[in-house]
Amino acid sequence: MKRAARIGLALAALLACAPAFAIDPLPFKDAQQRERFQKLTSELRCLVCQNESLNDSNADLARDLRHEVFQLMQQGKSDAEIKQYLVARYSDFVLYDPPLKTSTLLLWFGPALVLAIGAAAVVLTVRRRAGSGPAEAPAAEEEW
Amino acid sequence: MSRALPLAIFLALVGLFGFGIWWNQRHDPREVPSPLIGKPAPAFDLPVLGDPARRVSKAAMLGKPYLLNVFASWCFACRDEHPVLMAEAQRLGIALVGYNYKDDPADAQRWLAQFGNPYGLILADRDGRTAIDFGVYGAPETFLIDAQGVIRYKRIGALTPQVLAEQIEPRVRALSGGAP
Repeated sequence: MKRAARIGLALAALLACAPAFAIDPLPFKDAQQRERFQKLTSELRCLVCQNESLNDSNADLARDLRHEVFQLMQQGKSDAEIKQYLVARYSDFVLYDPPLKTSTLLLWFGPALVLAIGAAAVVLTVRRRAGSGPAEAPAAEEEW
Repeated sequence: MSRALPLAIFLALVGLFGFGIWWNQRHDPREVPSPLIGKPAPAFDLPVLGDPARRVSKAAMLGKPYLLNVFASWCFACRDEHPVLMAEAQRLGIALVGYNYKDDPADAQRWLAQFGNPYGLILADRDGRTAIDFGVYGAPETFLIDAQGVIRYKRIGALTPQVLAEQIEPRVRALSGGAP
């Protein structure tokens, strides 16, 4: 019974690391380090297949970059330093979460801007219709 | 006035989407802009293809501008690019250095024997480690590096006669004109 439980546990552990092992085994010190690695690589974009993260991608370059990230982690680099290392080589493109700066203002606040324009349009239309009286409103709608 | 409004909105949308199409035809949205342009090329120390005992470093390349062309025998687009290099390399007036990227040396040499060798020197980066420092994410890619070792321009994708004439040659001329 105990043995079965142990085997079960071992299988569960094996399954838990299946995504990493499916691509390439990296000698992590502990589960915590592996988790940190997977979180970090899932925030980084694969340059070859750009809809995949470094964590998911099977591309050759993604594998190389995973090794690079792993090496940098072994050297005690922080997540921010590792991201900076990649940004210096591949630009903000490698980040799935684009940083807030002048060139990305529209990206960050564009949706809010569009929403504000829409809200203003609704308010103006409602006010105008309220002011123009009930008799005219249906006629205007029919025309459209 | 209110009858013209939907038409105006429609036309504005047509304009917006038309601009999107026009823009994407001129710019590859998948192209990763290099943050290295205008900055010193990363330090490298790579073996020469076919003569691994000989190594060439960035410092050894200083003093003269050169085009660094990333290629590999496994790269299909390189095969399209290759005849262009064969035909135009001499005329460019700048050293053409090959960068054999993640390739088997024997494959690379067979490939060059078959299609010709336009390069004066070929560096071999078997594991692609140095290529990461250059921000290489595929082949072919081409870097224009000046005499001070600064990256002036990067082309992602195959070189064509048009790219050479419009992008590379003016820059090469500016480099040799500016040099003392």
